[in-house]
Amino acid sequence: MSDAIVRLSNLTLSYGKTVAVPDLDLEIVEGELIALLGPSGCGKTTTMRAIAGLLTPASGKVEIDGRDVTRLAANKRGIGLVFQSYALFPHLSAFENVAFGLRLKRMPEEEIRARTQAGIATVGLTGFETRKPAEMSGGQQQRLALARSLVMEPKVLLLDEPLSNLDARLRLEMRTELQRVQKDTGVTMVFVTHDQAEALALADRVVLMKDGKIEQLGTPNELYAQPATAFAADFMGFENIFHVEGGELVSKAGRLPLGFDTKAPILAWRPASVPVGKGPHKGQVLASSFAGAHREYVLDSALGPIKADAPIETSEFPIGESVAFDLPRETVRSLTA
Amino acid sequence: MKNLSTWIILGLTLTFLIGPFIIIILAGASAGESLAFPPDGLSLKWYLKVFTIESFRDSFMLSMFLAIFGTLAALLLGIPAAYALNRYNLPGDETIRTIVAAPIIVPGIIVGLALLRYLVVPLDFTVTMALFMAHTALVLPYAVRVVSSSLNNLRADMEEAAVLLGCTRFQAFVKVVLPNIRGGVLAAFILGFVTSFNQVPVSLFLSGPGVKTLPIDMLAYMEITYDPSVAALSALLAFMSLAIVFVAERLLGFSRYV
Repeated sequence: MSDAIVRLSNLTLSYGKTVAVPDLDLEIVEGELIALLGPSGCGKTTTMRAIAGLLTPASGKVEIDGRDVTRLAANKRGIGLVFQSYALFPHLSAFENVAFGLRLKRMPEEEIRARTQAGIATVGLTGFETRKPAEMSGGQQQRLALARSLVMEPKVLLLDEPLSNLDARLRLEMRTELQRVQKDTGVTMVFVTHDQAEALALADRVVLMKDGKIEQLGTPNELYAQPATAFAADFMGFENIFHVEGGELVSKAGRLPLGFDTKAPILAWRPASVPVGKGPHKGQVLASSFAGAHREYVLDSALGPIKADAPIETSEFPIGESVAFDLPRETVRSLTA
Repeated sequence: MKNLSTWIILGLTLTFLIGPFIIIILAGASAGESLAFPPDGLSLKWYLKVFTIESFRDSFMLSMFLAIFGTLAALLLGIPAAYALNRYNLPGDETIRTIVAAPIIVPGIIVGLALLRYLVVPLDFTVTMALFMAHTALVLPYAVRVVSSSLNNLRADMEEAAVLLGCTRFQAFVKVVLPNIRGGVLAAFILGFVTSFNQVPVSLFLSGPGVKTLPIDMLAYMEITYDPSVAALSALLAFMSLAIVFVAERLLGFSRYV
């Protein structure tokens, strides 16, 4: 691909003797919004820091815009980073925070003013110029940090867990805001998150990482509908995941005969794909909780707990009762290890 | 009963803390010719006489010079030291912290003797130079300690943010770290200044003919002339220290840093 704005090849990243990311290859396309998704310790933040130049790779290559920047200092890479803690400068006003990078470029004062004002307007903070960061709300600080990076017109904008410090309502608002800013400016955005819902909602492509390696890379739709591995399926909400041995499903708790033939070593079902009240298997209701459009059941089966969501219209099963359920062929997802 | 004992403890504490100070003020305000308490009548003549004693003027200037420049030098060494100890996981940084704190732990009289024996005598250092070094070393632990505590409150990612906006590491330090530890640096300066100015044991060995810090000069003066001017000067110096600390507390909540 020639339009890769960031290309990581054979990248190995380590802290002292601990290898956090072994041999990573990744291409990020210009103008896309890409999410690095994974549990804590999966190497997503480490990878982001290596792109920014805050971490020197043990080996491998980082290319930005076709240029090898592996040995280039962080302050010369033209990359923006919005920190999880925002890392605003507490001694400077909102205006001076945004103007900080422009002043370093020794631009004429009028241009600094114009660009800073425009940047502040982009994130909807006009009128807050003279405030200190401590006098602003979390959401406003987040916007300010975004503006501070955006005015530098970075080739790539990195965002570290951009929504994790916001409350639920603000998070939704900031999500839309990030998408709008990305569309308006066309900047390539790479954001790091451990929240699969956030990654799927925002990103054009999602890089799912595990133990420093890419587990699966694809569009949100691909990842959600077709996770390839047990890890990916687990991350995407397949809560019933079982190994297959000799025509039977196997778990630590026991075995259950499988009603169909498969070559896959692992099978998985979402709770919503497990019908309750009919089917060849039996399970005792362990827990039952109301969730709006459906009711979430936990059934104690021969395989241990099975998660099943029943539409709210179906009759309710009390806790302790034995009910039938099915693990049907139609909704199964075949996985590799 | 409990109330009574509380008052007694409070009374004793205040007596021992503030009592000597009051005695000194009154002893200096004596109308008599020799140092005594209670004073023989009241007058301000000794307070005025202090300003006419030439030796005090010279030693005051020397003490001021040492307190200001010694403390500045200590900050110049101490700020980078505190920064390095805070930001980098240095091998043996606990040992380094202990060594930096040594001038507080080692008795000043030994530091003074050591500097005299190994710098002034064999290497021909001037007494002023040795005094300057001694005062710098003495203030350094305070500088490192106070600056460290304000660096602790400053997140490291702020510097990384500055670097990604185009700063070199050094620029990030000057533009982002320094302005945010300004209060701590000022507090360290004041603490260092007062420590250096009132310092006796280290300076004791390092005073030569014509080169004396003010406290040493006062000691020498008292050995010859037993008049109330020393008490008057002590009271004035105590007021000066108080004024500095008071202003610092007002301006930046000094006690927060110490």
